[in-house]
Amino acid sequence: MKVNDYIQFVVFVSSLIAITPPLGSFMAKVFGGEKTWLHKPLSWLESLTYKAAGVNPNEEMTWKKYAMFFALFHFVGIIVLMLFQMTQVWLPLNPQNLPNISWHSALNTAVSFVTNTNWQGYSGEITMSYLTQMAALSVQNFLSAACGIAVAIALIRGIARRSVGTIGNFWVDTTRGTIYILLPLSVIYSLFLVSQGVIQNFTPFADIVTLEGHKQTIPLGPAASQISIKMLGTNGGGFFNANAAHPFENPTPLSNFVQMLSIFAIASALTYTFGIMTKARRHGWILFTSMLTLFIIMTSISLYSEYTYNPILSQNAIMEGKEIRFGVFNSILFSSITTSASCGAINTMHSSLSPLSGGVAMLNMMLGEIIFGGVGAGLYGMLLFVLLTVFIAGLMVGRTPEYLGKKIEAPEMMMVILAIIAPCASILIGTAISVTTPLALSSLTHKGPHGFSEVLYAFTSAAANNGSAFAGLNANSIYYNLMLAIVMLIGRFIIILPILAIAGSLSQKKYAPPSSGTFETDTALFAILLIGVIMIVGALTFLPSLSLGPIIEHLMMIKGQTF
Amino acid sequence: MKNLFIAIRFKIFMLFLLGIFYPFLMTGLAQWVFPQQSNGNWIFVNGVRVGSSLIGQSFEKNEYFWSRPSAINFNPLPSGGSNLGQTTKDLKKLVEERKLKLKSLHPEQAEEPPQDLLFASGSGLDPHISVEAALYQLKRVAHARNLDLEKVKILIEQFTEGRQLGLFGDPKVNVLSLNIALDNLNGK
Repeated sequence: MKVNDYIQFVVFVSSLIAITPPLGSFMAKVFGGEKTWLHKPLSWLESLTYKAAGVNPNEEMTWKKYAMFFALFHFVGIIVLMLFQMTQVWLPLNPQNLPNISWHSALNTAVSFVTNTNWQGYSGEITMSYLTQMAALSVQNFLSAACGIAVAIALIRGIARRSVGTIGNFWVDTTRGTIYILLPLSVIYSLFLVSQGVIQNFTPFADIVTLEGHKQTIPLGPAASQISIKMLGTNGGGFFNANAAHPFENPTPLSNFVQMLSIFAIASALTYTFGIMTKARRHGWILFTSMLTLFIIMTSISLYSEYTYNPILSQNAIMEGKEIRFGVFNSILFSSITTSASCGAINTMHSSLSPLSGGVAMLNMMLGEIIFGGVGAGLYGMLLFVLLTVFIAGLMVGRTPEYLGKKIEAPEMMMVILAIIAPCASILIGTAISVTTPLALSSLTHKGPHGFSEVLYAFTSAAANNGSAFAGLNANSIYYNLMLAIVMLIGRFIIILPILAIAGSLSQKKYAPPSSGTFETDTALFAILLIGVIMIVGALTFLPSLSLGPIIEHLMMIKGQTF
Repeated sequence: MKNLFIAIRFKIFMLFLLGIFYPFLMTGLAQWVFPQQSNGNWIFVNGVRVGSSLIGQSFEKNEYFWSRPSAINFNPLPSGGSNLGQTTKDLKKLVEERKLKLKSLHPEQAEEPPQDLLFASGSGLDPHISVEAALYQLKRVAHARNLDLEKVKILIEQFTEGRQLGLFGDPKVNVLSLNIALDNLNGK
């Protein structure tokens, strides 16, 4: 690593710390129903949304009603996305006459974009019309992100409210998140991306003759407006197949830096929002610090691995699958960020990473994407581990555990365990079924441990709603399209429904004032305990499967073994 | 049923706001403020469009600087990398072949070919090579064009893009722009 690489890393972390308070307090105002400077130009749009949809914005919802609307809205989203994909040849803005998409691929993509996963079994530039990209996929990038933030806010309300039983209004939260946060940020961000060279047009593909006289067809389209929300909303679904490695999607080192920052921006700011809304600002910073610590540990392991000498290729810092304008350092940093958050955009081909770097990418997702994590998803995922930690600490001293003035009892803990175990189980069971099914194994392109990693990565990515891939795997088959769609739905709903149930249950509880026996959650000791619990749960669950994939591949690589 | 209708109406409203109005607004703004970038950063030679400064091209002739290897042979439909793992026999074989080929075509170079000329890019369309990769090819190109070595070296320096804002990325050379400048040098 060069000195310049270290400086870039320091600049990245400093920028992240700098944007967290302003964005976090802005979001606290928006979701607290206070007026912000954006209300003057945009509040008419909010009212218009409620009128158009027939929503009563003053209605307060129980967790069951909130969850019902959440599920209904996802259902409608899946149907609409499938319709667009399966009829695109008859719709406008399809200059290349791209054909309609098969039902199983359309279903997989629909579930993928509605659940904020953005797993892509298809190649964007040769599959999706401009209309499908912008009116179907891009819209869902906004909405899946706004829904994720809404759930996090609902959980925060559940913790903050006393003896109420309601957790807000699903439509109001989703609308406000979209209109005051995601949309204005996307407008500015898209223009910045265009200034760097991201394309934004409706022109048919360009046929050119290169300097040496070869023919080249260059795909075009309205990319910038989709890429901005793809990063901000931690969606990650690329306009082009190569995702953020494509020069039209991520043209310069500066666009790359801002894209990395924007993946973490909202998730990081939500820790501050959480601190304000629960009146526990120090605890909010403790969550931020725990996330940052984990992020630095994981990124360091990944960098160490990538700069380790590979005797097979007689090199270290291998450039396979990486772009010159990013280099090795910014490629590894991006891979660590995108898998910590549930983004899944990639600027380097993860299958070509060194074995342990690929392993870190998987472990980041396996921990539940709580290292900043997805927008909303990162915070509520982290709060699951916080509740688990508080509970374990309570058991150690033999008291009913309390968290921010709320007693944590059996019903909450059952939901916490369900939400932590469900994605883990679906990763391991899905992988186990696939590596014993000949049909599933026929999609592999690698032999040996890397082949196993391809399958493990796919199920991890789907369950964690990440969407990145070891793209050697040919996943656009009926088997993987359906299996991964099911796992994506589990990864979304079997976390969010328990979260909303916890929010509802906590909101009904009375305030229990802290006493001398209360375990303090705003200390460094708590941060250490929290990180410990996360690592133990992650390691115990996934060490065996990681040993069969990236770890053994790394050990064999050092001995010069090829596959 | 009433609840389902709310969800459908909300979705349709958002579809028009975020899926139609927003991308058209952004296209209008982008085309107005950044016409060059939003359309694809096209490069014209004598009025003919020869490519985009962001999309790499295949170069095989001795009088041009060569791009990095591409797993898709610079056909952007679709873009992508090899996805080969670092422990695969296939990658080892490919790299050894590339190394032998580069060495035989650059007999004047004692040192090993630079990394980026041995490994394929992620997009398959990488428009850049490292400065080392350009210098490695310097003698071959200058010789093929009967040009003074120093003249071509100065050209490489001219087309070396430094770190953005002095911080981000590493110095690099845009292959297409450099090759067009070479053609111009010969034309004069």
